[in-house]
Amino acid sequence: MLTIKNLYVSVEGQEILKGINLEIKPGEIHAIMGPNGSGKSTLANVLAGRHEYEVTAGEITYNGEDLFEKSPEDRAREGIFLSFQYPVEIPGVPMVNFLKTAVNEHRKHRGEKELTAGEFLKLMREKMDMVDLHPQLTNRSVNEGFSGGEKKKNEIFQMALLEPKLAILDETDSGLDIDALKTVAHGVNALKSPETSTIVVTHYQRLLDYIVPDYVHILYNGKIVKTAGKELAFELEEKGYDWIKKENEK
Amino acid sequence: MSVLTEKTDVSLKYTAHFNEAREKLFANSSEILNSKRNKAFQNFVLQGIPTRKNENYKYTNLHSAFANEYTFVHEKQKTEADIAEIFRCNVPDLNTQLTLLYNGWFYDKNNLAGKLPEGVILESLEKATSKYADIIDQHYAALADTSADAMVALNTAYAKDGYFLYIPKNVAIEKPIQIVNLLKSDTDTFSTQRNLVIVEEGAEVQLILCDHTLDSNRYINNLVTEVFVGENAKLDYYTIQNQHNKAVSVNSVFVRQQANSTFISHTVSLHGGLIRNNLKVTIDGENAQANLFGMAFLDRKQHIDNFTKVEHAKPHCQSNQVYKYVLDNQSTGAFSGQIHVARDAQKTNAFQRNNNLLLTDSATMQTKPQLIIDADDVKCSHGATVGQIDEQALFYLRARGIPEDKARLMMMNAFAHEVVQEIKVEALRERIDELIEKRLNGEVARCHECEYNCEC
Repeated sequence: MLTIKNLYVSVEGQEILKGINLEIKPGEIHAIMGPNGSGKSTLANVLAGRHEYEVTAGEITYNGEDLFEKSPEDRAREGIFLSFQYPVEIPGVPMVNFLKTAVNEHRKHRGEKELTAGEFLKLMREKMDMVDLHPQLTNRSVNEGFSGGEKKKNEIFQMALLEPKLAILDETDSGLDIDALKTVAHGVNALKSPETSTIVVTHYQRLLDYIVPDYVHILYNGKIVKTAGKELAFELEEKGYDWIKKENEK
Repeated sequence: MSVLTEKTDVSLKYTAHFNEAREKLFANSSEILNSKRNKAFQNFVLQGIPTRKNENYKYTNLHSAFANEYTFVHEKQKTEADIAEIFRCNVPDLNTQLTLLYNGWFYDKNNLAGKLPEGVILESLEKATSKYADIIDQHYAALADTSADAMVALNTAYAKDGYFLYIPKNVAIEKPIQIVNLLKSDTDTFSTQRNLVIVEEGAEVQLILCDHTLDSNRYINNLVTEVFVGENAKLDYYTIQNQHNKAVSVNSVFVRQQANSTFISHTVSLHGGLIRNNLKVTIDGENAQANLFGMAFLDRKQHIDNFTKVEHAKPHCQSNQVYKYVLDNQSTGAFSGQIHVARDAQKTNAFQRNNNLLLTDSATMQTKPQLIIDADDVKCSHGATVGQIDEQALFYLRARGIPEDKARLMMMNAFAHEVVQEIKVEALRERIDELIEKRLNGEVARCHECEYNCEC
């Protein structure tokens, strides 16, 4: 589904990713872990198409096509979904308008009929239960006045509405209490199918108790320095990142 | 030297014209209007058309527009066709009492008989000066100081007609009154309009004023409106400006509020070549409230300047100003807002904010918020921002599959929304929302049916 080859990325002249290789097949869950500043979020944002990140070398193909040729909106409509680490508040843009426009842009792209307001509201109610999001929040502007936990739930709610093929969860667990974490993980798992894949970017192992990865990659200083099964996450939780740092500084 | 001569020449043209037209101006006009003409003219001669050296007109150059040749409308024109047939305001569900003005003059065929509550007067200022001489004499030129602004002086010197609206004590009018100013001519035209609005104690009214051009001639429309809001009275004052790129509008509104009154103004500048809005509100009684909202949408080489002044003369009053601009292409905008709290106006709450969205590198905005506080127990704030569309928010929308142009439009709408949502007349609010969307989409945001297919 997704192939990353020898990816180098700079932000404002500073090299952040230094030769990433990664292959994700349909149905797989990949966890990307690593200390602060290792480049995890950069990788997530490059996949979504953020233009501040300059790709200096390498390639990414998504379903056999060059990802760099596609605008952020095209990537989204073709099934890539980024759950933002810091969802943006957009005062004045009503949640319902935003969600309906997003859903209908996806439908148009697939050649489907756009949903009417009534149809959309029905769909929205259905999906909202899944992540236990308070219905009143949809009367507000996008993310405006949402708590940290509500913002993260709202991301998963959008994921439920858009039904992506490749979901990238960028530190979706940060700022969540244990109940919210369970709700979010439950939502992600419920949306999972054998055709869809997930990249979970996280610092901590605790989210991986609920979203069980097939592979765990450790990103350090812009490179994937270790790849293993889910047991690697436990090892990290136990020993911290210091041993990775030491091992790679030798 | 040559520049100086040219500037002087522009003013001279208007003084020469006054002398030539003197007979016409004084003829068929009331003693009340005529009594102010000479003094106003002298004040105009002293000041001249404002240049950028004038601090109050620092950001707006009127000279190039005023240098053109115009035909003046000092007498009521005969309209060959029924303009009510040519012009139709097609705002659905906007159930209003519609009144038309034609090149600054009250239209003959306005038929309001029986449509307004008893005692309410809406008619030609010229006619009203004889019928209601006492009341007009008390109010005419009481607020619009001809020594403070040359454009007000020029208006007072040339003023012959406009509308007179009078709402008697304790009368609340349910349906909004809509007054549409139409400009239509065979040649480039200078129109002068003088209005007087009196809302007596305890009265309530919503007034919707629309400015339109019906052909592609050049226009200057110099308007002055004096507004009196009595004790416990409430006035919602909406101005919708939708004229073409060769139209110049200088629109001066003076308001005086008594105790416990509420004045709310919305100035929506959708389109126009050059628009200068002067809005001065004097709060002259305790516990009164003034809210001034403004929105301006500019593209190409358009210029819009809002100049506001809120004078807190009495204690325990509130004022709030929010002005928002969206500027595209090489357009230029200006906002100067002054709050003055007089020495005895304690417990004043006065706020002012101006936010601007620049869509290109070549659009410019000048903003000058000012606070002058002579009292010591007040809450006041002012602020201004000039910025671009929030790239983070734009990316967020795009990352959900929304195309960039649509996402930008959503953001611009969101920016204006704060002001639009304050519009209390629902049908008008919906229409303004729609017009803004069209305007921002690059479509012609026409809100009327016009049989002329000019490029306006």
